[in-house]
Amino acid sequence: MPPSASNILDFEKPIAELEAEIEDIKRLTAEQGVDRSEEIAILEQHRDRLMEQIFSRLTPWDKTLLARHPRRPYTLDYVRLLFDDYTELHGDRLFTDDKAMIGGLGTFDGRQVMFVGQQKGRDLKERQFRNFGSAKPEGYRKALRLMKLAEKFGRPIIAFVDTPAADCSVGAESRGISEAIARNLMEMSALKVPIIIAILGEGGSGGALGIGVGNSVLMLEYAIYSVIPPEGCAAILWRDPAKAPEAAAALRITAEDALRLGVIDEVVPEPLGGAHRNPDLTARTLKTAILRNLDELCSMTGDELAAQRYQKFRAMGQFLTMPELAEIDAAAG
Amino acid sequence: MARDDWFGLKSGKARKLARKSADAVPDGLWIKCPKCGEILFNKELEKNLRVCNKCGYHYKLGAMQRIAMTVDEDTFEEIATGLRPGNPLDFPDYEDKLEKDRKTTGLEEAIVVGTAAIGGRRVVIGAADFTFRGGSMGSVYGEKIVQAVEKALDERLPVVLFCCSGGARMQEGILSLMQMAKTSAAIARMSAEKLPYISVLVDPCTAGVHASFASLGDVMIAEPGALIGFAGARVAQQAGVINRPPNFQQAEFQLDNGMVDMVTPRKELRQTLIKILQFCCEDIGNAA
Ligand SMILES: [Zn+2]
Repeated sequence: MPPSASNILDFEKPIAELEAEIEDIKRLTAEQGVDRSEEIAILEQHRDRLMEQIFSRLTPWDKTLLARHPRRPYTLDYVRLLFDDYTELHGDRLFTDDKAMIGGLGTFDGRQVMFVGQQKGRDLKERQFRNFGSAKPEGYRKALRLMKLAEKFGRPIIAFVDTPAADCSVGAESRGISEAIARNLMEMSALKVPIIIAILGEGGSGGALGIGVGNSVLMLEYAIYSVIPPEGCAAILWRDPAKAPEAAAALRITAEDALRLGVIDEVVPEPLGGAHRNPDLTARTLKTAILRNLDELCSMTGDELAAQRYQKFRAMGQFLTMPELAEIDAAAG
Repeated sequence: MARDDWFGLKSGKARKLARKSADAVPDGLWIKCPKCGEILFNKELEKNLRVCNKCGYHYKLGAMQRIAMTVDEDTFEEIATGLRPGNPLDFPDYEDKLEKDRKTTGLEEAIVVGTAAIGGRRVVIGAADFTFRGGSMGSVYGEKIVQAVEKALDERLPVVLFCCSGGARMQEGILSLMQMAKTSAAIARMSAEKLPYISVLVDPCTAGVHASFASLGDVMIAEPGALIGFAGARVAQQAGVINRPPNFQQAEFQLDNGMVDMVTPRKELRQTLIKILQFCCEDIGNAA
């Protein structure tokens, strides 16, 4: 998708303006045959410095907007860039085929893997077709079916997370969206093959976690992982969805936060300006990270894998215990 | 049945907790039923297990009240105590809100877990309390459930959990979300050990708790009229959920859609639990 007024974020505008200027000069060069390469080089340097400046002080809300960027590469873009071969498999065998949750057989660096992930749509038609990346119970059940298939044949699982939330329509509720997610959490915790998760864009609450229980959980630099969308949090706390930027900060939803809180294992750096400015480079970095984790995990037995995954999630959460409480009480006199 | 009979707990502390953690019975003699408008005597309501004797409206119960009403007299022993939520996100006002809830409820968190006997059979039991942060699940809530399950695994006991929650606790952010995975993984271990787990979904049971351990019971029971569903009311409203049937996200809706095994009035709950336990565990948790 080429940049246009509607898909450039506010804080990207100064960069876009400089780039338009550079393009103009390049076009004139071509038309008039005047060499202005020196001028272009200076402008490009200026642009890079500006970009570094802007991206060195992104707020959590800026990162939220990047995670939802209309030009951000989506799951299938990475599938094309990362897998040598991919054969999609369809359906949950119970009700239907959920287009917001995709999956299939992949060849990854010459290895057979099972892939599952949420898929968003690029234009209006595609967005509706993909239900905005919000999977229904049948999506989670399809994902589980494929993951069980992977376990049956001893293949590792790679899951890509990019969803604003699970679908909460009457239909989804009627067919047990809660049960579908809960079952995935339970079953994924005990699968005896390696599971590698990569959070690519939006890690939206239970909808994300529903395919997010892995031995290794990676997260792109400008992806977010949150218990509630910042808008929803702002609506509840301050009865004002416009305070989403404040909520984004309070909720600690950035990759850096997730790493610090022990919820993910690794932040995968994005190119300067974000993944959408260089999907190829982002995919290469991601591939290297996945391969490294895959190599480590493939040396473990099925039981070790399940135990490692269990202990990892068992340890999540932060609280005070008795000795600490006694100290606090003593200090309070 | 005299009031003291179903108030199984005799120790002063437990009695105090039970009184405090109720969904606050007003001090007055009367209370108006929110469903049918009937004026009810508080005393009568208590005797009727806090169910409106005219329309069957089930009032919320505090955690200790719930446990007392369910277990054999004087058998409850709390476990997994001495845990208190921190403020890992430095979330604005969180500590103040916790302190306030601790004071008004007498609880240290939104859930109480322990061991008890039901119909002479030893069980691990847990009950969440809506009056503490809306029964929301944060790190301590998740940890208590996992410690309860670990107790059951160690001693080969069945688990009964009264699941009441507005969802994951926002103020602990992503750590709250992870409690869904943590608790569900623990339930997987119960299942692998063939130990029974009964979940009782009580008003309200929504969002992160409904989409994790609450929906994983070997047998799932709902209380009449309980709000049960994935999207909390405000989330559903924001998402513009349309064409909602009148009983959308109620216990009866979940029953119609095959998502719970039964909707059981409070009066029959204890006997129902005894029956299910009898089926699931011939020699698990027997006092002998
Ligand atoms: Zn009534």
